[in-house]
Amino acid sequence: MTVRKYLVLAGVAVFATVGDSLLARGMKGLGNVEISLPNLSGLLLAILNPWVAFGILLLLAFFSCYIAALSWADLTYVLPATSLGYVLVALVAHFGFHEVISWTRWLGIGLIATGVGFVAAGPSITPSHHGEIPDIPSGTVFPEAKS
Amino acid sequence: MSDLYAWAAIGVISLASTAGDVLLSYSMKRVGDVGELWKRGGAPAVAGRVLTTPTFALGLLAMAVAFYSLLFGLSWGNLSLVAPASASLTFVFNAVAARIFLHERVGRRRWLAALLVAAGVALMAI
Repeated sequence: MTVRKYLVLAGVAVFATVGDSLLARGMKGLGNVEISLPNLSGLLLAILNPWVAFGILLLLAFFSCYIAALSWADLTYVLPATSLGYVLVALVAHFGFHEVISWTRWLGIGLIATGVGFVAAGPSITPSHHGEIPDIPSGTVFPEAKS
Repeated sequence: MSDLYAWAAIGVISLASTAGDVLLSYSMKRVGDVGELWKRGGAPAVAGRVLTTPTFALGLLAMAVAFYSLLFGLSWGNLSLVAPASASLTFVFNAVAARIFLHERVGRRRWLAALLVAAGVALMAI
């Protein structure tokens, strides 16, 4: 695990949460949009809302970081990292915006952080014991990549 | 009755997003380290390899099913039930599925983490 890989994992956590929050903020501004064919244009126009557009952009960034992380780490290693975003939002809400956080939320934050710590302390990738996914040494040049 | 619908939606959302995660993870392991690929061929090489992996499209499809099930689920149940319950269940399902389908070694450390994170996500939504 290099610094760059930790940055990609941080991107997974931050982009997902901030993207979701921006989308929620933008969609609330639109009011109740019923999902039906006549309303399709309304839904399509939703992306013109700057909050929604920026939210979608961040969710695309999240997805890129997520699949990049999955290319060099186990799914069970990457997934807990995605939940760190919830913790970040709660901490920003508390220390940045002085929102009151209930004790159940603090307990949730503690459990998520402990879980992520458990996984992060272990290896990022485990060898497949059935050998179905070939263990490709890094630097291998594939025939199709050369052409 | 609407409770039953909400839980059915939660089941479908969790299963579909687990299927999506497993398929995406499987595809990306086949693609290989994208950092290495980027160094050799730049963005076109990465995009080409990812988009020509058939299981990647299947993964996206499963993710789309999960997303639309969430939309329907939200019309049947409360946001405070459907979103955290499906997110929590997805963590647990993924630990099982990663072990069975991806042959990841989900040891005591990762099991404990999956359960802790699932419980934590559920608590944060209360």
